[in-house]
Amino acid sequence: MAHAETHAAEAHGHADHAPQSFIWKYVFSKDHKVIGIQYYVTAMFMALIAGLLAMTIRLQLAWPEKTFPSLNFLTKGYTDGVMNPEFYAMLFTMHGTIMVFFVLSTAPVSGFGNMLIPLQVGARDMAFPFLNGLSFWTFLPGCIVILSSFFVGAGAAAGGWTSYPPLSALRSAVPGSEMGQTLWIIGMVFFIASFTMGGLNFVTTILNMRTKGLSMMRMPMTLWAMFLVAVLGLLSFPALTAASLMLLFDRHFGTSFFIPSGLVLSGQVVNHQGGSPLLWQHLFWFLGHPEVYILMLPALGFTSDIMVAFCRKPIFGYKAMVGAMLAISGLSFVVWGHHMFVSGMSPYLGMAFAVGTMLIAVPSAVKTFNWLATLWRSRIIFKTPMLWAMGVVSLFISGGLSGIWLGQTALDIHFHDTYFVVAHFHLIMAGAALFGVFGATAFWFPKMFGRMMNDTLGKIHFWFTFLAYYCTFFPMHYIGLAGHMRRIYDPYQYEFLKNLQPINQFITISAFILGASQILFFINYFWSAFRGEKATDNPWNAAGLEWTTPSPPGHGNWPGEIPEVHRWPFDYSVPGAEKDFVLQTDPAPIGDKAGSH
Amino acid sequence: MATPALDDPGLPPGRGSLPALAVVGHGGGGGRDSQVRFDPTRFGLWAFLGTISMLFIGFTSAYMLRRASADWAPIAAPPILWLNTTLLALSSVALEAARQRLRAWKVTAARGFFGLAGALGAGFVIGQFGAWRTLRAQGVFLATNPHSSFFYMLTGVHVLHLAGGLVWFLAIAARLRRLTPGDDALGLFATYWHFLGFVWAYLLFVLFVL
Ligand code: HEM
Ligand SMILES: [Cu+2]
Repeated sequence: MAHAETHAAEAHGHADHAPQSFIWKYVFSKDHKVIGIQYYVTAMFMALIAGLLAMTIRLQLAWPEKTFPSLNFLTKGYTDGVMNPEFYAMLFTMHGTIMVFFVLSTAPVSGFGNMLIPLQVGARDMAFPFLNGLSFWTFLPGCIVILSSFFVGAGAAAGGWTSYPPLSALRSAVPGSEMGQTLWIIGMVFFIASFTMGGLNFVTTILNMRTKGLSMMRMPMTLWAMFLVAVLGLLSFPALTAASLMLLFDRHFGTSFFIPSGLVLSGQVVNHQGGSPLLWQHLFWFLGHPEVYILMLPALGFTSDIMVAFCRKPIFGYKAMVGAMLAISGLSFVVWGHHMFVSGMSPYLGMAFAVGTMLIAVPSAVKTFNWLATLWRSRIIFKTPMLWAMGVVSLFISGGLSGIWLGQTALDIHFHDTYFVVAHFHLIMAGAALFGVFGATAFWFPKMFGRMMNDTLGKIHFWFTFLAYYCTFFPMHYIGLAGHMRRIYDPYQYEFLKNLQPINQFITISAFILGASQILFFINYFWSAFRGEKATDNPWNAAGLEWTTPSPPGHGNWPGEIPEVHRWPFDYSVPGAEKDFVLQTDPAPIGDKAGSH
Repeated sequence: MATPALDDPGLPPGRGSLPALAVVGHGGGGGRDSQVRFDPTRFGLWAFLGTISMLFIGFTSAYMLRRASADWAPIAAPPILWLNTTLLALSSVALEAARQRLRAWKVTAARGFFGLAGALGAGFVIGQFGAWRTLRAQGVFLATNPHSSFFYMLTGVHVLHLAGGLVWFLAIAARLRRLTPGDDALGLFATYWHFLGFVWAYLLFVLFVL
């Protein structure tokens, strides 16, 4: 630490000094690296919770007829060792909500975004450090509110992560529709506020604070992803803010934005009329679809940047990769209707959404092709980060293919609300994003803690996770095709699903192995953070600007002046260069295909 | 941007330089080392206005969709709204007057106009409460019909944004003595404030003209 402080002192003739007291340095910090780690660790804690919820879901699905008296301590959840159906609904709702927003929007974007953006653009910090600190301290109450909803009133929200009305709009609909749903809304408002503050910082820093020579077309793919993610967030989250406010009004102040006429609840006609549940679906998915790209894009960016360092080859088709990301982001705003094919929408409108959805396959294929071309005939160095990057590519392909099926209106009538969908989005969205986070963690760990993660343990963790992940989610395609609905508490109430129980048991055992393997990660993370092998400044011999900082970077990131950039971050194995990589800061006139000429 | 006042020896050091670059309101930020392209604070503000716009666009699309249903019954605009509108417009004008006086280094006049802008803005907020009272007196409540729901909700969200603006106003007022012509604080605030004026005009249009 003393070493970092010296750097900080040198760095700041001009800017403010590093805060000295523990509380300002590590708790209410304005330093982007500290904030990034705070976000990351909080997200990983939330992942642990959401993972345990998933395990409980799987336990129920495999053995719905068994009793588990040892789980009676979850008082609301179990009576005499049998899970209450309402509790099951709370489980998948909170699992989905926490995973999507509080884990996989947070760890890659708010965590790695804050860590990496200043290091990769060449700035001492984010544009608005105070706003950045505030954003974390807005996020944390959101987590607390969301988690507390399990213990308040009748329990957590139970309307699915999509919170469709009327279940979410009528307080007496199901137990989770009471306090739980209100807390869900409040938690989400905290989350959106914090994500907005982060987004403002991201776009401003990336557009305005790049160091000399770093043109947009010399940015690493991670920076492109962070930029687009911030834009997507700023433009799409307000739709959910608006919808959440209206939902709150419907729930507590008697309005009827989303509640239709003539609903009967416990034998009584509800006192609302004229509202439209479909309105919520439109507003929700206007956010919801861009949101899945908020999860995905950072992983795609990490993958490209990691891959080049372990193939020792320049990225293939940089401009096409950037173009593909732009196209995916743009298209993500016009395809939300593919989540509503069975809502009774006009078939012509459905057709338009289907065409838009199919169009996304084109830039996605471009990305896949370019990754494969980068790997092609390179001498791959199989280190942990590279394994995860290749895992992302694998999941992106296997999850993307089922997306093409789901995008067909006619097919989706059968697939909708089955486990086929659960399989699809766990592979492409959850899986790719999760693998991306693991890869980025192993790769940029030196910049977080100045140490290396253990590579052997990392590889073991990867292989367990990779295999268990496929074993868990791939069979879900089959049970989905067989008609197994999602969000169902006891599938074997239906005769035609009874013969699927062995598959469900296989899935659950795989899921338990998957869950247990994550212990390896937590051990590796915390052990390495304190005891890992000390990292040099550039342990992977990578070309990006962030590798010119000390490991870990001190306050202000560079001990001296901020370096100037002369090339893109993909100059590996350049003919004529003395080493097999050329740092972005190297002024020698070699390489840099994308540069200024 | 350069004005004679920039050379004024009475200026505290570091103030009064070009607002668009370098001296911006961020602590450990990139500052002079980076190649700052636009003033980050101003850029960030515009991005923020972008996200607020999306919020109101979201509400508008909900409004359009909900309006198509059978139970839609339009309410009449409380007349006080026109007075409020005038107050808000004048507030923006006064703010511009304040900026102009400041640029001309007429500090006392600038302060006067600035205070006037704030007072008019506060007047608007009070007037909006008046509008809600009028409606309640007529028996038109939040849940009376979808149009009234939207009226209360949209005006409420707008007033919340204005209230945030008034907090910002107070923060500037607290250091008004130290403002100098080169300081962009007033300009940033004016951007936000005018924007809310436009949003108000837009809401009136959506609620009562469309
Ligand atoms: C630890 C491994 C995981 C397992 C075993 C797992 C398992 C499941 C299962 C079985 C369901 C369906 C519940 C039902 O429909 O009744 C589900 C739903 C869901 N999962 Fe996961 N999941 C895991 C990780 C993740 C991750 C990383 C994400 C991140 C995006 C995620 C997001 C979701 C979402 C959004 C839903 C839908 C919730 C809803 O229906 O409202 N899951 N998960
Ligand atoms: Cu979608």
